[in-house]
Amino acid sequence: MSGARQLLVMAGWLLFGAGAFSQPPLLTRTLALDQLRSGLTFSGPDVQSLQADAFANPGLLWLARGESLWGQRVGPQNLSCQDCHGLKTGSMQGVAVQYPKLPTGSGSLINLEDQIRACRTQRQGVSDWGFESDGLLAMTLYVTEASKGLPLRLSPDPRLAVHLQAGASLFQRQQGQLNLSCAQCHDQQQGRRLYSDRLSQGQPNGYPVYRLEWQTLGSLERRLRSCYAGIRAESPPWGDPKMRQLALYLTWRGEGLPLEVPAVRK
Amino acid sequence: MNQGLARLQWPQNIVAGDVVKVRLLVQHPMHTGYQQDMQGSVIARNVLLWLTCTLGDQQVFRVEPSSGIAANPYFEFFVRARASADMVVRWQDDLGVVGKWQQRMVVVERQTPGP
Repeated sequence: MSGARQLLVMAGWLLFGAGAFSQPPLLTRTLALDQLRSGLTFSGPDVQSLQADAFANPGLLWLARGESLWGQRVGPQNLSCQDCHGLKTGSMQGVAVQYPKLPTGSGSLINLEDQIRACRTQRQGVSDWGFESDGLLAMTLYVTEASKGLPLRLSPDPRLAVHLQAGASLFQRQQGQLNLSCAQCHDQQQGRRLYSDRLSQGQPNGYPVYRLEWQTLGSLERRLRSCYAGIRAESPPWGDPKMRQLALYLTWRGEGLPLEVPAVRK
Repeated sequence: MNQGLARLQWPQNIVAGDVVKVRLLVQHPMHTGYQQDMQGSVIARNVLLWLTCTLGDQQVFRVEPSSGIAANPYFEFFVRARASADMVVRWQDDLGVVGKWQQRMVVVERQTPGP
């Protein structure tokens, strides 16, 4: 924990709010800014070169799909994403880094996938995109790509504090038959080997990610569920707020890391 | 009209007679028949049965990938480019779904040295 980093965080809280946060979060960062490492740096050279390949990176297929879906008119209103949002390059830049967030008004924590699904059902009147459907992943990747290179940054919403706290305690909680917490692997043992793999920091800056194990694109939620399976814990149901809170904590923990999509991991 | 999704790439400037590397990426799940979906039920086998590439009127590449090939298969091969022509990729899978992807390969004439 670097003092400078802590100071920066403190300054951040002050800037955002001078009282906007009723109580300042009690969280301390376990990783200083200069210690943050994308999961890519824990991968082998083959995975790294596949991600860097501007032709063969399989995520690009979903990106192309997302691009065509963006302009595709669907539903009873015959609306496309572009009809409301215009061209992606302008309207979607910086959008992906704001998630997970709380919707204006009331409601529970949502991630980008939730927002896209809500748009699709409420505005376009089509409810065909389930979790991990190709269309949803393609659109999520397409929107995320507009924020490529931008650092992860939590939105300065004081209402997030309680969810952040919940995510932090979930990260620390030992669970499953192996009785492991996220922190035990990704904070305390990062960089060491788990069988043939390097334990990464568990950074959320490459999602939706093309994972060779999955042979397809997948969301952060799916990745978290993989970890749940790995420690033999029962996963919360799809769309559970707990997963959003955990993702929120991960985003806070990785603040400063640039978004890298389409990412490839083992 | 394209059906399905693929990516094709070759060098930007091709002179007639050049041997060029063609890179091809096809979106396909290549389900082996042994995988399970999120609910735990078995996904029926669905792999590419065949895939062909035709440059102009000549077939330049054919492969029968079967189930040993990873999802979203990637292929590389070399062709001698003689004149501008369409590269047409066609494929069919176990479900009978037919794919087609077409892209124009532009080839310029070789400049003969002046007197």
